[in-house]
Parts: sequence; structure tokens; C-alpha cells
Amino acid sequence: MTVRTLLQSVTDAMKTEMENDERVVVLGEDVGRDGGVFRATEGLLDRFGVERVMDTPLNESGIIGVATGMALYGLRPIAEIQFMDFIYPAFDQIVSELSKIRYRSGGTYTAPVVVRTPFGGGIKGGLYHSQSSEAYFAHTAGLKVVAPSTPYDAKGLLISSIRDEDPVIFLEPKRLYRTVREEVPDGAYTVPIGKAKIAREGKDVSLISYGAMVRTCLEAAEAAAKNGISVEVIDLRTLSPLDIETIISSVQKTGRAVIANEAPKFGSFAAEVAALIAEKAIDSLGAPVLRVSGLDTPVTYIWESAYIPDVQRVLSYINRSVSY
Amino acid sequence: MPDCQVKRCLAFKLLTVGVVDLNETMEMKKETGMLQILDIDGNYRKELEPDISEELLLRMYRAMATVRKFEEISMGLQRQGRIGFYIGAAGQEACSVGSTAALHRDDWIFPAYREPGALLIRGETVLQLFHQLFGDSMDYNRGRQMPNHFNSREKNVVTPSSPIATQIPHAVGMAIAAKHMKKKQIALTFFGDGATSENDFHSGMNFAGVFRAPVIFLCQNNGYAISLPTVRQTASETLAQKADAYGMPSERVDGNDVLAVYSATMRAAERARKGQGPTLIEALTYRIGPHSSSDDPTKYRKNEEVDEWRKKDPIKRMSAYLKRKRLIDDESDRKLIEDIENEIRSSAKKAESTPKPAIESVFENVYLELTWNLREELDEAVQRYGPGYTGK
Repeated sequence: MTVRTLLQSVTDAMKTEMENDERVVVLGEDVGRDGGVFRATEGLLDRFGVERVMDTPLNESGIIGVATGMALYGLRPIAEIQFMDFIYPAFDQIVSELSKIRYRSGGTYTAPVVVRTPFGGGIKGGLYHSQSSEAYFAHTAGLKVVAPSTPYDAKGLLISSIRDEDPVIFLEPKRLYRTVREEVPDGAYTVPIGKAKIAREGKDVSLISYGAMVRTCLEAAEAAAKNGISVEVIDLRTLSPLDIETIISSVQKTGRAVIANEAPKFGSFAAEVAALIAEKAIDSLGAPVLRVSGLDTPVTYIWESAYIPDVQRVLSYINRSVSY
Repeated sequence: MPDCQVKRCLAFKLLTVGVVDLNETMEMKKETGMLQILDIDGNYRKELEPDISEELLLRMYRAMATVRKFEEISMGLQRQGRIGFYIGAAGQEACSVGSTAALHRDDWIFPAYREPGALLIRGETVLQLFHQLFGDSMDYNRGRQMPNHFNSREKNVVTPSSPIATQIPHAVGMAIAAKHMKKKQIALTFFGDGATSENDFHSGMNFAGVFRAPVIFLCQNNGYAISLPTVRQTASETLAQKADAYGMPSERVDGNDVLAVYSATMRAAERARKGQGPTLIEALTYRIGPHSSSDDPTKYRKNEEVDEWRKKDPIKRMSAYLKRKRLIDDESDRKLIEDIENEIRSSAKKAESTPKPAIESVFENVYLELTWNLREELDEAVQRYGPGYTGK
């Protein structure tokens, strides 16, 4: 066991799998010499060489398209998109190609690419270094979407993603990169894709979240406990395929649900979770399902603090739910 | 019409007139710097004639003639409502057959949708192509794609999609991967003139140049992207010259001359295998038929233009060549075409009577394993249609 930050866990997962499997390669902008703008790939170039750690031209569509071709050949590419805000030039390659290759070829071709990308705000990144656009990808058949919130889960889920036979969009909560640390096993282990985690048990309200918002939710749950409200915090860890059982059994127990994420509220992934709860557990509900989300605006530089739900805002939604 | 709209229309008209005259459709197809070995009468330049075995020449001819006949019959099936759609390759047969024939059997092909010839020359059966057109249970795609999205894992022909140019970076990635695995395999990707306007053409060419990927870019410049002539895709004098910007060599060839396509591909493949990187080949050709069964080409091109290109027909030229070399004569040629037609008609019948994939198959291959939400949808569908339902 070694104490690692979430960022170090991501690096360690790639290093571990690259040592285990020569088919694993890393490609992206600045991933080699620079070790990535967040240093997620630091040390990999020296350890594995230029053929397995490829500094690419500045072209996201090319990165994903080339990674797809490498995967078609049988490699296990990990493509880094520097910020999720810059993933859109590759949207066609992800949505029209990567996600559909298995289906359209009747399973004769597959492209198991992992697309790693930092997402979310909290670093004063303004409109173009803060986005949470997971809903587009969770909406796309053929993609798995993973979003860890702890160093342990980040390493275990990234190893699972690299070994997965389907393409995975791996979302890294950038504001947690260096702010959380915990003991993480050395060597390979996996955390299963598609399994949520009860991050804190409670009985009055289910607070469902993923990525960096899980930390905010845990703090809000702690604060609520002081007021006598027992909050169950669910860390989804995977958005697609979603662990519906954990969500429903929690809501059946608590009778209330608040979904917390930082993407814009309208048409968001939180809306999908809310709809599923309404479809499958309406009889258990004692209050409307609430969403505490980012604003229906682009992310703003100066007022980021008003954009991303903070402990106080999450608390106010918890209170609305339990006092309904 | 409100004033501002009138102004906008006028402005657009001025702009279009000012920029390019769409009647200069074939302006770009100046045949400068274009390699031709076999002329339109079947005369050939002995000193440039590629060394192709008699057996392979005959197979190439058969593949090209099959593509033509297959299209004629399939368009008929489409008109009768027996298949939903068809995208033709008539006039372009030399491009896919000539280039694929020059590769090794285990090199990878990334097709667009006018390359059934690439599959046929690799030994794919006409029956298998029909399984794709009918989308039946024997189709590799399991009935999921529109007609003419042919592929074959066994023949190293990769699955195509409908968006234009997206396969170009895939070919580059595959070529880089092969190099990485120390294999001598190379990749070839087909695309049209329209694709050179797409972002992924740039992405793929640029990555290939930077990484010296062993890949061949084969652009079938057939003069039109649906209705728009090549002059509306680029102001460059040729498409081949685009290679300069990516630091790779290019060749312009007569795309209706199977020998020229073959020999240019052979040179590009040798360069790739020697570690000298990618090549762009611009093959000048012409789509004799419509863009697809839904297209009316009389809206954007003149019949005289089509007639001019009919004279350059790649199949007639190859037939004349083979006759000069005494590999076929009129009688054996006639018999061959008859044989091809019989094979096509019987294969169409067979595929048409093959059952459709069962309803359950709709939910398979989205992921390796069914997810809970797909399972729910599958159960609902089976409840409605019954288990194993194939549409009958």
C-alpha cells in the first residue's frame, strides 16, 4: 500500500497495465515529454518509450480516430483528451465510430479504446476548462462512462476500463486530482464497472452523485447530520451502465432522493437518474426527486463559486427534500 | 419576401457567381501529370506494364465485371422494392480492384462504400455481398447497416460507416499499430474527392505524415460529391498536391486504367513496407451511375459528359487488353459475363430467401454483454413479437 493522490493513482494504473500488457499504449497531446498538462502520464515515456507513449499532433479527432484504428488492430490504446472541453472535435469519431463499431459489424470488429479526460470545474478554468459534458456520452449506445471520486476507485476502475472489451469514456475529476489522497494497493487490482458505492450510509434521504461532487456531498451529509438529518451518499462511479439496483434500494429505504452534479441541469445525466427513480420507485417517494446541479449557463470564470453546487447549496436541497 | 431576405439571396447569388462557376465541373480533371499505361483502346505501354500473373489478371477482370453486373441487377432489385437502397460503383471498378490486387492478402483495407471490388478480388463471394444488401441472418453486419456497407473480418476489410472520411484516421492508427507490433502489414484506405474537405482527411494525412505510417490514401476522384463538382470542394489544382502539405509523396493516375492503379499502389506499398511512410494516390475516375438509388444526376451533370466517360470505361479497356494478350477472346468473354450473371442471379435468390436476424439480435453487440436497460428493452420486444421472431 502507498498513499497516493487521485492523480498518482491514475498514473499508477496506466503504468501497471502497461507493464502487464504490451498492447497497452498511451497517446495524446503533451503526454510524453511533458507528462501531460496535469502530469497524469509523468514518467511513462522514460519507462516505455516513444512507441508506447505517443505525443500526437494537436488534433482531437485524429487522436481518437488513430486510437480506434490501433484498437481495431488489437492494441489497447489509452487516449488522453487534455480537457473534456476540447473533446468536441472528436465527437464524431467517438459517437459515430468508436461507439458503433461492434454493433455495425455484427461483433466482428471491436475497438476497446479508453478515452481519459479531466472534467468539471474548480480550477478557475472558465468556459473552456471546466465542463462536465458526460450526458452526451452516457446518451450514446456502445460507450461506457466511468467517473471515480477516490484514488482507490480511480486506479481500480481505470484498470478495469483498460481491460474492458468496450470503449470507455473515463472522466477524471480534475479538482480532486491533488486534493484527495488515501492508501492505494500497489500492483494490479480492479474495481468493477457498473457498480455504485454507498459512500456514507443514512436513512432520511439518498444523495446521489459522482465525480468531484461526491466530496461536496459527503461534507453536506456531515453538516446535515449535525441537524439530525441522516443522509445516504451514493457515489455512482459508473454512469453507463448505471447501477440502478443500488439507487433504487437506497431510495426505497429513505423515501427521498436528491441528485447532485455540476453539469447544467436541463437535459442532464441527473435527469436520467431522476426519471429512473420516478419509473421504478415512485411508491417509495415521500418528496419530489430534486436535482442540485450546475447552472443552465456556460461555466463562468469569476462566478464559478455560484456555478458549481457547494456544501451550502447541496444542504439547502437536502432540507427542501426532508421538509417536504 | 422581407427585404433582408431578398438581400441575402442576392448576396448569395453574387457570391456563388463570384467564387466558382459550377458549370466548369470537370475543370479540375486536367489530365496533367496523370499516369496512364492502358489507353482507351486497349493499347498499352509495354515499358510500364506491371508484372501481373495471367491468373491474377483474369481474376481482376472477373471482379471488375462482377461489380458492374452486380450493380445492374441490384439497382433492379432496389427498383422492385426488394432491397432498400443501392450505392453504385460503375465506372470506378479499376480503382478498388487494381489497388487491392497490388497488396498482400493480410494488408488492411478501410473502404468507403464504392468498393465491393476490393472484397471480390480478395475472394469474397457474391452471395455474401447479397447477404449484406438484404441484411439477412448470414450478413456479417447482422442486418444493421444500409446496403453497400460491406466488410469482412476474414478478408481484412474493415467495417465502413456512412459519415465521410472517418475511416481515414483508422487506417493510420492500424498502420501505426502494425509498425508498433513489428509487422510488415500496411493499410490502404479508400475515399472520394468530397472526403478531402472533411476534417478527418486532414487528421489522418497529418498523423500519417508525422508518424511515417505505412498507409496508402487512395482518393477516387470521381468528379462529384453527390451533386457538387470537385471545384466546389477545393481551389487546389489537384487533390494529389495536398500531399505536399503533409510531407508525403503523391501520384496521379488514370483511375479507369487498372494497370496504372495497380502499379501506383505497388510503388506506394513498397515504400510503406520499406519504412518510407505514407503515399497519396489520386485516381481520376467517374461515377457513371447516380450517387445512389435515391439520386437524379441529370440535375447536376450533362448526358454528354457521361457519354464521354463511357468511352473510357475501365472494363472495356481491360477486356481489350486481355484480348491483345490472348488471355480471352470474344467467345470466352461472353461466356464469362454469362457465368457472372448466373452466379449473381442465383445468389440474390438465395440471400432473399435467407431468414432475417431474429428480434433478439437487435440488442446484441451494443456491448460485449447485455446491460440491464438493454435487457429490459429486449424483454419488451420479445413480449411483443415473440421469441425468435424474424419478421415472418
